[in-house]
Amino acid sequence: MAIRERLSGNEATAFAMKQINPDVVAAFPITPSTEVPQYFSTYVANGEVDTEFVAVESEHSAMSACIGAQAAGARAMTATSANGLALMWELLYIASGSRLPIVMACINRALSGPINIHNDHSDSMGARDSGWIQLYSENCQEAYDNMLMAHRIGEHHDVLLPVMVCQDGFITSHAIENIELLEDEKVKAFVGEYKPQYFLLNKENPISVGPLDHFTHYFEHKRQQAEAMKNAKKVILEVSEEFYRLTGRKYGLFEEYKTDDAEVCIVVLNSTAGTTKFVVDKMRQEGKKVGLIKPRVYRPFPVDEIAEALAKFKAVAVMDKADSFNAAGGPLFTDITSAMFSKEVFGPKVINYIYGLGGRDVRTDDIELIYNKLLNIAISGKVDSVYNYIGVRE
Amino acid sequence: MSIKDCSDVKCRVENLEKVISPDVSWKDITIGGMIANAGNAELFNTGDWRSMKPIWIKDKCKQCLLCYPVCPDTSILIDNEGKRTDFDYKHCKGCGICAKVCPFKAIDFIEEV
Ligand code: SF4
Ligand code: SF4
Repeated sequence: MAIRERLSGNEATAFAMKQINPDVVAAFPITPSTEVPQYFSTYVANGEVDTEFVAVESEHSAMSACIGAQAAGARAMTATSANGLALMWELLYIASGSRLPIVMACINRALSGPINIHNDHSDSMGARDSGWIQLYSENCQEAYDNMLMAHRIGEHHDVLLPVMVCQDGFITSHAIENIELLEDEKVKAFVGEYKPQYFLLNKENPISVGPLDHFTHYFEHKRQQAEAMKNAKKVILEVSEEFYRLTGRKYGLFEEYKTDDAEVCIVVLNSTAGTTKFVVDKMRQEGKKVGLIKPRVYRPFPVDEIAEALAKFKAVAVMDKADSFNAAGGPLFTDITSAMFSKEVFGPKVINYIYGLGGRDVRTDDIELIYNKLLNIAISGKVDSVYNYIGVRE
Repeated sequence: MSIKDCSDVKCRVENLEKVISPDVSWKDITIGGMIANAGNAELFNTGDWRSMKPIWIKDKCKQCLLCYPVCPDTSILIDNEGKRTDFDYKHCKGCGICAKVCPFKAIDFIEEV
Protein backbone atom coordinates (compact mmCIF):
# COMPACT_ATOMS: atom_id res chain seq x y z
CA MET A 1 0.00 0.00 0.00
CA ALA A 2 1.60 3.24 -1.13
CA ILE A 3 2.08 5.99 1.45
CA ARG A 4 0.04 9.15 0.98
CA GLU A 5 1.90 12.29 2.00
CA ARG A 6 2.06 16.02 1.49
CA LEU A 7 5.53 17.10 0.49
CA SER A 8 7.28 19.87 -1.38
CA GLY A 9 9.43 18.97 -4.39
CA ASN A 10 12.59 19.42 -2.35
CA GLU A 11 11.25 17.25 0.47
CA ALA A 12 10.16 14.61 -2.01
CA THR A 13 13.62 14.66 -3.59
CA ALA A 14 15.36 14.37 -0.22
CA PHE A 15 12.94 11.61 0.78
CA ALA A 16 13.77 9.68 -2.38
CA MET A 17 17.46 10.10 -1.54
CA LYS A 18 16.81 8.77 1.96
CA GLN A 19 15.08 5.70 0.56
CA ILE A 20 17.90 5.18 -1.95
CA ASN A 21 20.40 5.51 0.90
CA PRO A 22 23.42 6.38 -1.28
CA ASP A 23 26.99 5.87 -0.07
CA VAL A 24 28.00 9.50 -0.48
CA VAL A 25 26.19 12.81 -0.75
CA ALA A 26 28.37 15.86 -1.32
CA ALA A 27 26.64 19.20 -1.59
CA PHE A 28 26.91 22.94 -1.14
CA PRO A 29 23.74 24.92 -0.46
CA ILE A 30 22.29 27.17 -3.12
CA THR A 31 18.75 28.50 -3.42
CA PRO A 32 16.33 26.92 -4.31
CA SER A 33 17.99 23.49 -3.93
CA THR A 34 19.35 24.21 -0.42
CA GLU A 35 16.59 22.24 1.27
CA VAL A 36 17.55 19.00 -0.44
CA PRO A 37 20.91 18.53 1.33
CA GLN A 38 19.41 20.26 4.39
CA TYR A 39 16.64 17.68 4.78
CA PHE A 40 19.08 14.96 3.86
CA SER A 41 21.64 16.00 6.46
CA THR A 42 18.90 15.57 9.08
CA TYR A 43 18.47 11.99 7.97
CA VAL A 44 22.23 11.55 8.28
CA ALA A 45 22.30 13.15 11.75
CA ASN A 46 19.41 10.94 12.89
CA GLY A 47 21.11 7.81 11.63
CA GLU A 48 18.31 7.09 9.15
CA VAL A 49 20.81 6.55 6.32
CA ASP A 50 24.34 5.13 6.16
CA THR A 51 25.47 7.90 3.86
CA GLU A 52 28.75 9.75 4.19
CA PHE A 53 27.65 13.38 3.95
CA VAL A 54 30.43 15.60 2.64
CA ALA A 55 29.90 19.26 3.39
CA VAL A 56 32.13 21.02 0.89
CA GLU A 57 33.07 24.65 0.31
CA SER A 58 31.66 25.02 -3.20
CA GLU A 59 29.70 23.23 -5.89
CA HIS A 60 32.94 22.66 -7.76
CA SER A 61 34.09 20.61 -4.80
CA ALA A 62 30.68 18.95 -4.42
CA MET A 63 30.91 17.53 -7.92
CA SER A 64 34.60 16.69 -7.44
CA ALA A 65 33.76 14.75 -4.29
CA CYS A 66 30.95 12.93 -6.10
CA ILE A 67 33.32 12.04 -8.93
CA GLY A 68 35.95 10.75 -6.49
CA ALA A 69 33.38 8.75 -4.56
CA GLN A 70 31.72 7.28 -7.63
CA ALA A 71 35.09 6.37 -9.16
CA ALA A 72 36.05 4.70 -5.89
CA GLY A 73 32.99 2.48 -6.25
CA ALA A 74 30.34 4.35 -4.27
CA ARG A 75 26.90 5.57 -5.24
CA ALA A 76 27.12 9.36 -5.07
CA MET A 77 24.44 12.04 -5.22
CA THR A 78 24.19 15.81 -5.05
CA ALA A 79 21.74 18.65 -5.57
CA THR A 80 22.24 22.11 -6.97
CA SER A 81 20.79 25.06 -8.85
CA ALA A 82 21.78 27.88 -11.18
CA ASN A 83 25.27 29.27 -10.55
CA GLY A 84 26.05 26.20 -8.46
CA LEU A 85 25.51 24.05 -11.53
CA ALA A 86 27.54 26.51 -13.58
CA LEU A 87 30.38 26.23 -11.08
CA MET A 88 30.27 22.45 -11.60
CA TRP A 89 30.62 22.97 -15.33
CA GLU A 90 34.05 21.44 -16.01
CA LEU A 91 33.35 18.59 -13.61
CA LEU A 92 30.09 17.74 -15.35
CA TYR A 93 32.16 16.77 -18.37
CA ILE A 94 34.61 14.82 -16.26
CA ALA A 95 31.77 12.88 -14.62
CA SER A 96 30.19 11.95 -17.95
CA GLY A 97 33.50 11.48 -19.77
CA SER A 98 34.73 9.17 -17.02
CA ARG A 99 31.36 7.41 -17.28
CA LEU A 100 30.41 7.79 -13.63
CA PRO A 101 26.66 7.42 -13.04
CA ILE A 102 26.28 10.13 -10.39
CA VAL A 103 22.72 11.33 -9.76
CA MET A 104 21.96 15.02 -9.25
CA ALA A 105 18.79 16.88 -8.34
CA CYS A 106 18.81 20.05 -10.41
CA ILE A 107 16.31 22.49 -8.96
CA ASN A 108 16.08 24.81 -11.94
CA ARG A 109 16.89 28.46 -11.41
CA ALA A 110 17.92 31.38 -13.60
CA LEU A 111 21.60 32.02 -14.13
CA SER A 112 22.78 35.43 -13.07
CA GLY A 113 23.46 38.17 -14.04
CA PRO A 114 21.70 40.25 -13.15
CA ILE A 115 21.29 38.30 -9.94
CA ASN A 116 18.08 36.32 -9.85
CA ILE A 117 17.16 33.42 -7.61
CA HIS A 118 13.91 32.43 -9.33
CA ASN A 119 13.00 29.73 -11.76
CA ASP A 120 13.88 29.29 -15.37
CA HIS A 121 15.86 26.65 -17.22
CA SER A 122 19.03 28.52 -18.14
CA ASP A 123 21.06 26.37 -15.71
CA SER A 124 20.22 22.88 -16.95
CA MET A 125 19.99 24.05 -20.55
CA GLY A 126 23.55 25.34 -20.23
CA ALA A 127 24.56 21.81 -19.30
CA ARG A 128 22.60 20.14 -22.06
CA ASP A 129 25.71 19.17 -24.03
CA SER A 130 27.72 18.02 -21.03
CA GLY A 131 26.87 14.36 -21.53
CA TRP A 132 24.42 14.07 -18.65
CA ILE A 133 21.07 12.40 -19.04
CA GLN A 134 18.39 14.99 -18.26
CA LEU A 135 14.93 14.15 -16.95
CA TYR A 136 12.36 16.91 -16.34
CA SER A 137 9.54 16.77 -13.80
CA GLU A 138 6.18 18.52 -13.92
CA ASN A 139 5.39 18.22 -10.20
CA CYS A 140 6.61 16.82 -6.87
CA GLN A 141 5.39 13.34 -7.72
CA GLU A 142 7.39 13.27 -10.94
CA ALA A 143 10.46 14.69 -9.22
CA TYR A 144 10.24 11.84 -6.69
CA ASP A 145 9.56 9.18 -9.32
CA ASN A 146 12.33 10.37 -11.65
CA MET A 147 14.76 10.34 -8.73
CA LEU A 148 13.93 6.68 -7.99
CA MET A 149 14.49 5.73 -11.63
CA ALA A 150 17.67 7.77 -12.12
CA HIS A 151 20.20 5.30 -10.68
CA ARG A 152 18.70 2.40 -12.59
CA ILE A 153 19.08 4.33 -15.83
CA GLY A 154 22.54 5.77 -15.26
CA GLU A 155 24.07 2.60 -13.80
CA HIS A 156 22.85 0.31 -16.58
CA HIS A 157 25.80 -1.41 -18.26
CA ASP A 158 24.91 -0.09 -21.68
CA VAL A 159 24.68 3.46 -20.33
CA LEU A 160 27.01 4.36 -17.43
CA LEU A 161 26.26 8.07 -17.55
CA PRO A 162 25.38 10.63 -14.87
CA VAL A 163 21.74 11.66 -14.54
CA MET A 164 20.23 15.05 -13.74
CA VAL A 165 16.65 15.15 -12.43
CA CYS A 166 15.26 18.64 -13.03
CA GLN A 167 12.27 20.38 -11.50
CA ASP A 168 11.19 24.01 -11.29
CA GLY A 169 12.75 25.97 -8.45
CA PHE A 170 10.17 27.37 -5.97
CA ILE A 171 7.27 26.39 -8.24
CA THR A 172 7.55 22.70 -7.42
CA SER A 173 10.58 22.67 -5.11
CA HIS A 174 8.80 24.70 -2.41
CA ALA A 175 5.13 24.03 -3.16
CA ILE A 176 3.55 21.30 -1.07
CA GLU A 177 1.49 18.79 -3.01
CA ASN A 178 -0.20 15.50 -2.35
CA ILE A 179 2.18 12.73 -3.23
CA GLU A 180 2.29 8.95 -3.22
CA LEU A 181 5.47 7.49 -1.79
CA LEU A 182 6.69 3.95 -2.17
CA GLU A 183 7.52 1.86 0.86
CA ASP A 184 11.22 1.76 1.77
CA GLU A 185 11.57 -1.96 0.96
CA LYS A 186 10.04 -1.48 -2.47
CA VAL A 187 12.43 1.36 -3.26
CA LYS A 188 15.32 -0.71 -2.01
CA ALA A 189 14.33 -3.64 -4.20
CA PHE A 190 13.68 -1.41 -7.22
CA VAL A 191 16.84 0.67 -7.04
CA GLY A 192 18.97 -2.33 -6.09
CA GLU A 193 22.53 -2.46 -4.89
CA TYR A 194 25.23 -0.63 -6.80
CA LYS A 195 27.69 -3.14 -8.20
CA PRO A 196 30.17 -1.35 -10.44
CA GLN A 197 32.28 -3.52 -12.69
CA TYR A 198 35.39 -1.36 -12.30
CA PHE A 199 36.19 0.84 -9.36
CA LEU A 200 39.26 2.25 -7.67
CA LEU A 201 38.88 0.48 -4.33
CA ASN A 202 38.71 -2.97 -5.93
CA LYS A 203 42.15 -4.37 -5.13
CA GLU A 204 41.42 -7.52 -7.13
CA ASN A 205 41.34 -5.55 -10.34
CA PRO A 206 43.26 -2.29 -9.99
CA ILE A 207 42.47 0.53 -12.41
CA SER A 208 43.38 4.14 -13.08
CA VAL A 209 40.68 6.68 -13.83
CA GLY A 210 41.00 9.94 -15.72
CA PRO A 211 44.17 9.40 -17.77
CA LEU A 212 45.77 11.67 -20.36
CA ASP A 213 43.94 10.81 -23.57
CA HIS A 214 45.14 13.10 -26.39
CA PHE A 215 44.19 12.90 -30.04
CA THR A 216 45.22 9.26 -30.17
CA HIS A 217 42.25 8.00 -28.11
CA TYR A 218 40.00 10.88 -26.97
CA PHE A 219 37.82 10.79 -30.07
CA GLU A 220 37.18 7.06 -29.62
CA HIS A 221 36.14 7.66 -26.02
CA LYS A 222 33.76 10.42 -27.05
CA ARG A 223 32.29 8.24 -29.80
CA GLN A 224 31.74 5.52 -27.22
CA GLN A 225 30.14 8.04 -24.85
CA ALA A 226 27.77 9.16 -27.60
CA GLU A 227 26.73 5.56 -28.11
CA ALA A 228 25.93 5.26 -24.39
CA MET A 229 23.59 8.24 -24.73
CA LYS A 230 21.85 6.52 -27.63
CA ASN A 231 21.51 3.34 -25.56
CA ALA A 232 20.00 5.35 -22.71
CA LYS A 233 16.73 5.81 -24.58
CA LYS A 234 15.93 2.10 -24.55
CA VAL A 235 17.05 1.73 -20.95
CA ILE A 236 14.88 4.67 -19.82
CA LEU A 237 11.86 3.00 -21.42
CA GLU A 238 12.64 -0.37 -19.81
CA VAL A 239 13.15 1.13 -16.36
CA SER A 240 9.99 3.24 -16.74
CA GLU A 241 8.01 0.15 -17.71
CA GLU A 242 9.24 -1.66 -14.61
CA PHE A 243 8.34 1.39 -12.54
CA TYR A 244 4.88 1.40 -14.07
CA ARG A 245 4.34 -2.21 -13.06
CA LEU A 246 5.40 -1.30 -9.54
CA THR A 247 3.44 1.91 -9.10
CA GLY A 248 0.88 2.22 -11.89
CA ARG A 249 2.49 5.52 -12.86
CA LYS A 250 3.40 5.57 -16.52
CA TYR A 251 6.40 7.45 -17.89
CA GLY A 252 7.75 7.57 -21.42
CA LEU A 253 10.18 9.80 -23.26
CA PHE A 254 7.46 12.47 -23.31
CA GLU A 255 3.83 12.77 -22.35
CA GLU A 256 1.12 13.41 -24.91
CA TYR A 257 -1.89 15.20 -23.45
CA LYS A 258 -5.10 15.23 -25.49
CA THR A 259 -3.18 15.10 -28.74
CA ASP A 260 -5.19 12.37 -30.48
CA ASP A 261 -7.42 14.67 -32.55
CA ALA A 262 -5.56 17.91 -31.80
CA GLU A 263 -4.78 20.30 -34.62
CA VAL A 264 -2.31 22.44 -32.72
CA CYS A 265 0.13 21.61 -29.97
CA ILE A 266 2.37 23.24 -27.38
CA VAL A 267 5.66 21.62 -26.38
CA VAL A 268 6.81 22.66 -22.92
CA LEU A 269 8.91 21.29 -20.05
CA ASN A 270 8.40 20.95 -16.29
CA SER A 271 5.69 22.73 -14.29
CA THR A 272 4.37 24.90 -17.14
CA ALA A 273 3.07 21.67 -18.67
CA GLY A 274 0.69 21.49 -15.70
CA THR A 275 -0.56 25.01 -16.34
CA THR A 276 -0.92 24.15 -20.01
CA LYS A 277 -3.02 21.06 -19.21
CA PHE A 278 -5.46 23.34 -17.40
CA VAL A 279 -5.70 25.55 -20.49
CA VAL A 280 -6.08 22.53 -22.78
CA ASP A 281 -9.02 21.29 -20.67
CA LYS A 282 -10.65 24.71 -20.74
CA MET A 283 -10.23 25.21 -24.49
CA ARG A 284 -11.36 21.65 -25.20
CA GLN A 285 -14.67 22.53 -23.49
CA GLU A 286 -14.97 25.35 -26.01
CA GLY A 287 -14.48 22.79 -28.76
CA LYS A 288 -10.94 23.86 -29.67
CA LYS A 289 -8.66 21.04 -30.76
CA VAL A 290 -5.56 21.76 -28.73
CA GLY A 291 -3.00 19.38 -27.25
CA LEU A 292 0.24 19.28 -25.30
CA ILE A 293 3.53 17.42 -25.54
CA LYS A 294 5.64 17.46 -22.40
CA PRO A 295 9.16 16.11 -22.89
CA ARG A 296 10.36 14.17 -19.89
CA VAL A 297 13.65 13.06 -21.40
CA TYR A 298 15.59 15.95 -22.90
CA ARG A 299 18.95 14.18 -23.06
CA PRO A 300 19.01 11.81 -24.86
CA PHE A 301 16.74 13.80 -27.13
CA PRO A 302 13.94 11.59 -28.51
CA VAL A 303 14.48 12.74 -32.10
CA ASP A 304 12.51 10.06 -33.95
CA GLU A 305 9.65 9.76 -31.48
CA ILE A 306 9.03 13.47 -31.02
CA ALA A 307 9.23 14.24 -34.73
CA GLU A 308 6.74 11.47 -35.40
CA ALA A 309 4.41 12.66 -32.64
CA LEU A 310 4.44 16.22 -33.99
CA ALA A 311 3.86 15.25 -37.62
CA LYS A 312 0.07 15.26 -37.34
CA PHE A 313 -0.37 18.86 -36.16
CA LYS A 314 -0.98 21.90 -38.30
CA ALA A 315 0.88 24.25 -35.97
CA VAL A 316 3.21 23.76 -33.02
CA ALA A 317 4.57 26.22 -30.46
CA VAL A 318 7.69 25.28 -28.52
CA MET A 319 7.98 27.14 -25.23
CA ASP A 320 11.47 27.71 -23.85
CA LYS A 321 12.16 28.88 -20.31
CA ALA A 322 15.69 29.78 -21.39
CA ASP A 323 17.00 31.83 -24.26
CA SER A 324 19.87 30.59 -26.39
CA PHE A 325 20.91 34.12 -27.34
CA ASN A 326 21.66 32.74 -30.77
CA ALA A 327 19.26 35.09 -32.57
CA ALA A 328 17.42 32.00 -33.77
CA GLY A 329 15.38 30.40 -30.96
CA GLY A 330 15.53 28.68 -27.60
CA PRO A 331 17.26 25.34 -26.96
CA LEU A 332 14.14 23.14 -26.98
CA PHE A 333 12.92 24.87 -30.13
CA THR A 334 16.13 24.29 -32.05
CA ASP A 335 16.18 20.63 -30.98
CA ILE A 336 12.55 20.13 -31.96
CA THR A 337 12.89 21.79 -35.34
CA SER A 338 16.09 19.96 -36.19
CA ALA A 339 14.43 16.67 -35.17
CA MET A 340 11.50 17.40 -37.46
CA PHE A 341 13.72 18.45 -40.34
CA SER A 342 15.99 15.43 -40.07
CA LYS A 343 12.98 13.11 -39.97
CA GLU A 344 11.44 14.92 -42.94
CA VAL A 345 8.44 16.15 -40.96
CA PHE A 346 7.71 19.36 -42.84
CA GLY A 347 3.94 19.63 -42.33
CA PRO A 348 3.46 21.62 -39.12
CA LYS A 349 4.35 25.29 -38.84
CA VAL A 350 6.61 25.63 -35.79
CA ILE A 351 7.07 28.76 -33.73
CA ASN A 352 9.00 29.49 -30.57
CA TYR A 353 8.11 31.42 -27.44
CA ILE A 354 10.67 32.34 -24.83
CA TYR A 355 8.76 32.71 -21.56
CA GLY A 356 9.06 33.01 -17.80
CA LEU A 357 12.69 34.10 -17.59
CA GLY A 358 13.93 34.79 -14.07
CA GLY A 359 10.71 33.50 -12.52
CA ARG A 360 8.31 35.71 -14.49
CA ASP A 361 4.84 34.24 -13.98
CA VAL A 362 3.39 32.33 -16.88
CA ARG A 363 -0.38 32.78 -16.79
CA THR A 364 -3.11 30.66 -18.30
CA ASP A 365 -4.00 33.73 -20.41
CA ASP A 366 -0.53 33.68 -21.96
CA ILE A 367 -0.90 30.05 -22.92
CA GLU A 368 -4.39 30.58 -24.26
CA LEU A 369 -3.02 33.40 -26.38
CA ILE A 370 -0.41 31.05 -27.83
CA TYR A 371 -3.02 28.40 -28.60
CA ASN A 372 -5.19 31.00 -30.33
CA LYS A 373 -2.19 32.15 -32.33
CA LEU A 374 -1.58 28.53 -33.35
CA LEU A 375 -5.23 28.04 -34.31
CA ASN A 376 -4.95 31.10 -36.57
CA ILE A 377 -1.77 29.75 -38.14
CA ALA A 378 -3.55 26.43 -38.68
CA ILE A 379 -6.24 28.21 -40.68
CA SER A 380 -4.11 30.72 -42.57
CA GLY A 381 -0.99 28.57 -42.97
CA LYS A 382 1.02 31.75 -42.43
CA VAL A 383 3.64 32.48 -39.78
CA ASP A 384 4.54 36.11 -39.25
CA SER A 385 7.22 35.56 -36.61
CA VAL A 386 9.05 32.39 -35.56
CA TYR A 387 11.17 33.50 -32.60
CA ASN A 388 8.96 35.26 -30.03
CA TYR A 389 8.75 36.34 -26.40
CA ILE A 390 5.71 36.16 -24.18
CA GLY A 391 5.18 37.84 -20.83
CA VAL A 392 7.84 40.49 -21.30
CA ARG A 393 6.87 44.18 -21.21
CA GLU A 394 7.17 45.56 -24.72
CA MET B 1 34.30 -3.72 -23.55
CA SER B 2 37.59 -5.36 -24.27
CA ILE B 3 38.82 -5.33 -20.70
CA LYS B 4 36.72 -7.98 -19.10
CA ASP B 5 36.25 -8.21 -15.37
CA CYS B 6 39.14 -10.54 -15.31
CA SER B 7 41.66 -11.30 -12.62
CA ASP B 8 43.95 -13.18 -15.00
CA VAL B 9 46.98 -10.91 -15.35
CA LYS B 10 47.91 -12.19 -18.80
CA CYS B 11 44.48 -11.48 -20.17
CA ARG B 12 44.52 -8.00 -18.70
CA VAL B 13 47.92 -7.20 -20.12
CA GLU B 14 46.84 -8.42 -23.56
CA ASN B 15 43.72 -6.34 -23.36
CA LEU B 16 45.70 -3.40 -22.13
CA GLU B 17 48.00 -3.51 -25.13
CA LYS B 18 44.96 -3.69 -27.31
CA VAL B 19 43.36 -0.64 -25.76
CA ILE B 20 46.51 1.44 -25.64
CA SER B 21 47.37 0.57 -29.22
CA PRO B 22 47.10 3.43 -31.70
CA ASP B 23 44.55 1.63 -33.88
CA VAL B 24 41.96 0.59 -31.30
CA SER B 25 38.36 1.33 -32.30
CA TRP B 26 35.75 3.02 -30.12
CA LYS B 27 34.06 -0.33 -29.68
CA ASP B 28 37.11 -1.90 -28.05
CA ILE B 29 38.58 0.96 -26.10
CA THR B 30 38.19 0.95 -22.30
CA ILE B 31 35.25 2.84 -20.94
CA GLY B 32 36.00 6.45 -19.95
CA GLY B 33 39.71 5.98 -20.63
CA MET B 34 40.05 3.70 -17.63
CA ILE B 35 43.43 1.98 -17.41
CA ALA B 36 43.25 -1.53 -16.07
CA ASN B 37 46.84 -2.20 -15.09
CA ALA B 38 49.83 -0.57 -13.50
CA GLY B 39 53.22 0.03 -15.11
CA ASN B 40 51.82 0.92 -18.50
CA ALA B 41 53.41 4.33 -18.98
CA GLU B 42 55.85 2.56 -21.30
CA LEU B 43 53.00 1.96 -23.72
CA PHE B 44 52.37 5.70 -23.93
CA ASN B 45 54.59 7.00 -26.67
CA THR B 46 55.68 10.45 -25.48
CA GLY B 47 58.41 10.59 -28.14
CA ASP B 48 55.63 11.72 -30.48
CA TRP B 49 55.83 15.21 -29.04
CA ARG B 50 59.52 15.81 -29.82
CA SER B 51 60.65 18.63 -32.08
CA MET B 52 64.38 18.43 -31.23
CA LYS B 53 66.32 15.18 -31.06
CA PRO B 54 69.51 14.17 -29.19
CA ILE B 55 72.06 12.14 -31.17
CA TRP B 56 74.58 9.96 -29.32
CA ILE B 57 78.09 10.09 -30.77
CA LYS B 58 79.44 6.74 -29.64
CA ASP B 59 83.13 7.49 -30.36
CA LYS B 60 83.19 10.62 -28.22
CA CYS B 61 81.33 9.01 -25.30
CA LYS B 62 83.49 8.26 -22.23
CA GLN B 63 80.72 6.36 -20.43
CA CYS B 64 80.82 8.79 -17.49
CA LEU B 65 76.99 8.41 -17.24
CA LEU B 66 76.45 12.02 -16.24
CA CYS B 67 73.63 12.19 -18.77
CA TYR B 68 71.77 9.28 -17.23
CA PRO B 69 70.43 10.81 -13.98
CA VAL B 70 69.33 14.09 -15.58
CA CYS B 71 66.98 12.65 -18.17
CA PRO B 72 63.40 13.32 -16.98
CA ASP B 73 62.08 10.48 -19.13
CA THR B 74 64.50 7.66 -18.37
CA SER B 75 65.29 7.68 -22.06
CA ILE B 76 69.01 7.03 -21.74
CA LEU B 77 69.31 3.29 -22.03
CA ILE B 78 71.85 1.28 -20.07
CA ASP B 79 72.78 -2.29 -21.07
CA ASN B 80 73.46 -5.29 -18.83
CA GLU B 81 77.11 -4.33 -18.43
CA GLY B 82 76.07 -0.92 -17.11
CA LYS B 83 77.13 0.78 -20.35
CA ARG B 84 75.19 3.60 -21.88
CA THR B 85 73.64 2.63 -25.22
CA ASP B 86 71.47 4.60 -27.63
CA PHE B 87 68.41 6.71 -26.71
CA ASP B 88 64.92 5.39 -26.21
CA TYR B 89 63.37 7.55 -28.91
CA LYS B 90 59.89 6.26 -28.18
CA HIS B 91 59.91 8.26 -24.97
CA CYS B 92 62.63 10.93 -25.31
CA LYS B 93 60.78 14.26 -25.38
CA GLY B 94 63.73 16.16 -26.77
CA CYS B 95 64.32 18.52 -23.84
CA GLY B 96 68.06 18.67 -24.51
CA ILE B 97 69.23 18.43 -20.90
CA CYS B 98 71.44 15.42 -21.67
CA ALA B 99 73.20 17.29 -24.47
CA LYS B 100 73.78 20.27 -22.22
CA VAL B 101 75.20 18.18 -19.39
CA CYS B 102 77.56 15.95 -21.40
CA PRO B 103 81.15 17.15 -20.63
CA PHE B 104 82.54 15.48 -23.77
CA LYS B 105 80.16 16.86 -26.40
CA ALA B 106 79.10 13.31 -27.11
CA ILE B 107 75.48 14.33 -27.60
CA ASP B 108 74.41 16.35 -30.58
CA PHE B 109 71.05 18.12 -30.46
CA ILE B 110 69.36 18.55 -33.81
CA GLU B 111 65.99 19.31 -35.29
CA GLU B 112 63.61 16.38 -35.58
CA VAL B 113 62.52 15.84 -39.14
S1 SF4 C 1 77.35 12.37 -20.48
FE1 SF4 C 1 78.17 12.23 -22.56
S2 SF4 C 1 80.05 11.09 -22.28
FE2 SF4 C 1 78.91 10.83 -20.43
S3 SF4 C 1 77.77 8.93 -20.79
FE3 SF4 C 1 76.45 10.57 -21.41
S4 SF4 C 1 76.87 10.77 -23.59
FE4 SF4 C 1 78.52 9.59 -22.77
S1 SF4 D 1 66.69 15.06 -24.78
FE1 SF4 D 1 65.79 15.13 -22.72
S2 SF4 D 1 64.30 13.47 -22.77
FE2 SF4 D 1 65.64 13.11 -24.48
S3 SF4 D 1 67.19 11.75 -23.69
FE3 SF4 D 1 68.02 13.83 -23.47
S4 SF4 D 1 67.41 14.40 -21.39
FE4 SF4 D 1 66.18 12.61 -21.93
